Amino acid sequence: MEIFWQFDFPSILLGTLAALVCGLLGNFLVLRRQALMGDAISHVVLPGIVVGFLLSGGASALAMMLGAGVSAIFAVVLIEVIRRVGNVESGAAMGVVFTTMFAAGVVILEQTGTAGVHLDVEHALYGNLESAVWLEATGIESLFDPAALGALPHDIGVLAVVTVLVVGFILALFKELKLASFDALLAQSLGFSPRFLGFALIVMVAIASVAAFSAVGSILVIAMFICPAATARMLTDNMATQIKLSAVFAVLSGVLGYLLGAFGPLMFGSYMSVSAAGMIAVVAGFFQLIAMLFAPQYGVIPRRWRQKNDLSNGAASDDIPSVAL
Amino acid sequence: MAAQDNYNLQQNEGGSVQAETAWKDSPFHVSGLTVAYHHKPVLWNVTYTAPKGELIGIIGPNGAGKSTFLKAALGLIPKLSGETTVFGKPVRKMMDKVAYVPQRNAVDWDFPATAVDVVMMGLYAKVGWFRWLGRRQRQEALKSLEAVGMTAFADRQIGQLSGGQQQRVFLARALAQDADVYLMDEPFAGVDAATEKAIIEVLRTLVKRGKTILVVHHDLESVTQYYSHVLLINGQHIASGPTAEAFTAENLQKAYGGRLASTQLEGLQSSAKEQE
Repeated sequence: MEIFWQFDFPSILLGTLAALVCGLLGNFLVLRRQALMGDAISHVVLPGIVVGFLLSGGASALAMMLGAGVSAIFAVVLIEVIRRVGNVESGAAMGVVFTTMFAAGVVILEQTGTAGVHLDVEHALYGNLESAVWLEATGIESLFDPAALGALPHDIGVLAVVTVLVVGFILALFKELKLASFDALLAQSLGFSPRFLGFALIVMVAIASVAAFSAVGSILVIAMFICPAATARMLTDNMATQIKLSAVFAVLSGVLGYLLGAFGPLMFGSYMSVSAAGMIAVVAGFFQLIAMLFAPQYGVIPRRWRQKNDLSNGAASDDIPSVAL
Repeated sequence: MAAQDNYNLQQNEGGSVQAETAWKDSPFHVSGLTVAYHHKPVLWNVTYTAPKGELIGIIGPNGAGKSTFLKAALGLIPKLSGETTVFGKPVRKMMDKVAYVPQRNAVDWDFPATAVDVVMMGLYAKVGWFRWLGRRQRQEALKSLEAVGMTAFADRQIGQLSGGQQQRVFLARALAQDADVYLMDEPFAGVDAATEKAIIEVLRTLVKRGKTILVVHHDLESVTQYYSHVLLINGQHIASGPTAEAFTAENLQKAYGGRLASTQLEGLQSSAKEQE
């Protein structure tokens, strides 16, 4: 059991927190049809992280975080400029910016010899979830021991702070974000600047992806910005409920994904474990699939079932039977 | 500043004090509004003073800039020049007196919100930043839904409502805003006859209570029946005033050019005469 607390628990905590912060903010990205923004941001932060790494001469988390923040804001502005000047749709503008900046990050990474150190391309994609260890842990009682808690991996502390920040952001601005996402013109006319709210959201997305990025890599960040929110959307028509459900799915994906990644292959006789971050993303995608198939109202199968029943009953349903998603 | 200039201009032209009172008392006064999309002018120097307590139709052909007029006048989209005043004060300081109803297709109806959720959005400004809405606001929103005959659909997801019902939800939201000026962008587009009738009834009640309503309107046949005043635009101000005076064949010809057959014009004119 000691091994669980020392090696598995910190990884689970890290993966789950990363999934949670991204999953919560993803609700707004998905509803604003900006799901790609999470993808874009998680890529564009790479050059910032590398430059921060180089300038600080080592793995200073703060410098990397600042670098990532600067490149995220730079990218948001650049996307907006390209969208307007180039007169292209925002998806295309994002595509141009994030591939270019990610590529630039990879080039800097390889050219400056940082590649061998702590940052490499694989790390950028899958993160380094398994490397989180908590050697001071002796068992569950360590959770209540301040000295032991202080020795938790640094990334967990950062993500915990970011989690609090994200939850506070959503609680404080839930109605404003909802309004600006649904009807930007009304938001503007009521004095809730949709531009400011959109920018605040992207800044939070940038902070969340930077905090999650080094632990879990960009694949999990992208998956978590989309899957939990999209899964929850299939199950409810209430936005507050959707956000709560997305948090549940994010946490479930984090815990189940890690356990399956670490111990799943063992069950099939393999001694190699698979990437936990990758497995968490797979579990999140699996939840999405299940919801798409079986969600009571929007799922494919219940909808088919209802249509069939309606037809065989011969009576047109009073409710409008299907809703285009 | 431009409003001030325009006021001076009006005074010089008319040389009377009346021009001053006219725009200062107007619930919605727009002066010198010019808007361009990608260097192509859409509206050119439009000035209009809406009379208080009237139901005003904004008429013009497709692409005449009717919707743009509303949005730009409210400062919701960028403009090159122009000022809007509400009772003599800059519109940005008077937004709580103005309710804007966008075109129905301006929003995503798949959004996870119910009818009453959307109506409650009209109360957000009153509640202010950071605060959550409670039971009282819900009751208020339900009252607005009742006024448009939508009580039964309060908890329906908005995508499951018909076009007419969605438009009524929008109207209820505007009612909840409890404004003095209502600006509506094509509220009758794609709605059923019953909804059209219900909406016009609600608008008439509002006018009786002294509210001013500007409606972007497409169907020329119903103009004389619905509106006491009209504003005809086609890129620029063509004509405005009481419907009987401004909604003439001559002005329509100017606004629509060759797009309106002369038989149509005659028909409209005779229906206008009947109304008189």
